[in-house]
Amino acid sequence: MSLRIVVTVKYVPDATGDRHFADDLTVDRDDVDGLLSELDEYAVEQALQISENSDDDVEITVLTVGPEDAKDALRKALSMGADKAIHVEDDDLHGTDVIGTSLVLAKAIEKAGYDLVISGLASTDGTMGVVPALLAERLGVPQVTLLSEVSVEGGTVKGRRDGDAASEQLEASLPAVVSVTDQSGEARYPSFKGIMAAKKKPVESWDLSDLDLEAGEVGLEGAWTKVDSATERPARTAGTIVKDEGEGGKQLAEFLAGQKFI
Amino acid sequence: MAEVLVYVDHVDGSVRKPTLELLTLARRIGEPVAVALGAGAENTAAALAEHGAVKVLTHDASEYADYLVVPKVDALQAAVESVSPAAVLVPSSAEGKEIAARLALRIGSGIITDATDLEAGDEGPVATQSVFAASFTTKSRVSKGVAVITVKPNSAAVEAAPAAGAVESLSVSFSAQATGTKVTGRTPRESTGRPELTEAAIVVSGGRGVNGAENFALIEALADSLGAAVGASRAAVDAGWYPHTNQVGQTGKSVSPQLYIANGISGAIQHRAGMQTSKTIVAVNKDAEAPIFDLVDYGVVGDLFDVVPQLTEEINTRKG
Repeated sequence: MSLRIVVTVKYVPDATGDRHFADDLTVDRDDVDGLLSELDEYAVEQALQISENSDDDVEITVLTVGPEDAKDALRKALSMGADKAIHVEDDDLHGTDVIGTSLVLAKAIEKAGYDLVISGLASTDGTMGVVPALLAERLGVPQVTLLSEVSVEGGTVKGRRDGDAASEQLEASLPAVVSVTDQSGEARYPSFKGIMAAKKKPVESWDLSDLDLEAGEVGLEGAWTKVDSATERPARTAGTIVKDEGEGGKQLAEFLAGQKFI
Repeated sequence: MAEVLVYVDHVDGSVRKPTLELLTLARRIGEPVAVALGAGAENTAAALAEHGAVKVLTHDASEYADYLVVPKVDALQAAVESVSPAAVLVPSSAEGKEIAARLALRIGSGIITDATDLEAGDEGPVATQSVFAASFTTKSRVSKGVAVITVKPNSAAVEAAPAAGAVESLSVSFSAQATGTKVTGRTPRESTGRPELTEAAIVVSGGRGVNGAENFALIEALADSLGAAVGASRAAVDAGWYPHTNQVGQTGKSVSPQLYIANGISGAIQHRAGMQTSKTIVAVNKDAEAPIFDLVDYGVVGDLFDVVPQLTEEINTRKG
């Protein structure tokens, strides 16, 4: 038996940088450094753990859709231990919305071949958290999402989903789409050996024609949503800051009473 | 007037507050028609009618409890086909976003998530979103199909607006995918008696400075004096001092209460992403240089072990 895992990852602008919009109201990627979305590291980690706990032959492919620099995200995942990478890159992808992104990812996943897709719970830039559900819908396979625990055995994926009202045990047959939370287990750091090995691992580049997609189906033109404006939030007016000299709690209570919170 | 579908989040017939907020927002765009699914669905009708639902479409089947997400998508799709609404509004919970996304794709519509405000526009509903850790505000709309929009809790004040709320049963045929993911077990979360974190008007949070699980009793006591929910920073959660379900921030919950009190939290970007849209922000921290002080309306530079108990006592005294 063999198990083919595709891990979807995203290259995102560093949240500690000064993120902005470009003139066409897409995310400005030139002014801020990018990196592998932190939440996707948990997905890579769970793929590696499934592989390590499996008697089957497991092949882990990391997949990203993004500009040239997005290769950095793939390299990071490869250096953690993934086997190979696919980079979908095409100028016509600029401005693609979440529906379009799920289309491109689904086409690429089908072309690559898969038994299991693993995603992070959300990207750290768009933070929508809907790509895994969209992939399950497009691929017509079960979604087993937002798991804080995941295991695969004999063609079945099981996991625990911690919701607001309850914690649920889930189960589905493969093929399936899984997403994991940051509670699923600390992501490993790439070792020196891993980093060196990653340089030799294959990275395939696909464009829209490789996926039988037309320019109009994706990109800003093909988006099903439109951003009309983006305004920088005005800086907060400086608040009152007091030093506690024994009465700090009482002063704070006075402020809260003045604001009618007490 | 155009109809607007509102997906009802309820627990055994008791409607959660974010749904009532959605009804208020829905009235700006058209006539709210509510969709309530699962056990107790019909019992939601009175509350929904009181808040403006002209119609309440209900359906119960064991599929809603036994399988994940897809049965609810099937039902919502059936509702869209029977009503032909101008928009579909869903509360921005993790499950709500998944339901909305799959629905949007199926009906050939764009989706906007985590709206913080909604208004009618010439080309359909316009959604306000707060992005990049609340450093930008965007206005967007769905340009293809029926607007499917998920809205964050606390995005509108709940207003009563009595309407007919006529209950109609929705006819649903489940898709082949509906039974794909089995729910084999469910452990209800134990109620703390405190408000739900994302819905609370006041949130009191603790971070690294709380320095131990047992010390969270101080944070809980302050929260209880204000009738608030308790939040925790990622540092506190990772240290095992407080449950992950209470984590505020980029990888936890995003909150937008009237008042947010951060105790022993430095204010890293990931935390700010989850609380920066709070109306009034207060912080207690020993470190005068902590970035959280850049956000506050009122800050106390001091030891939380002195300030917090004194604050709690003062609040309790004032409330008599």
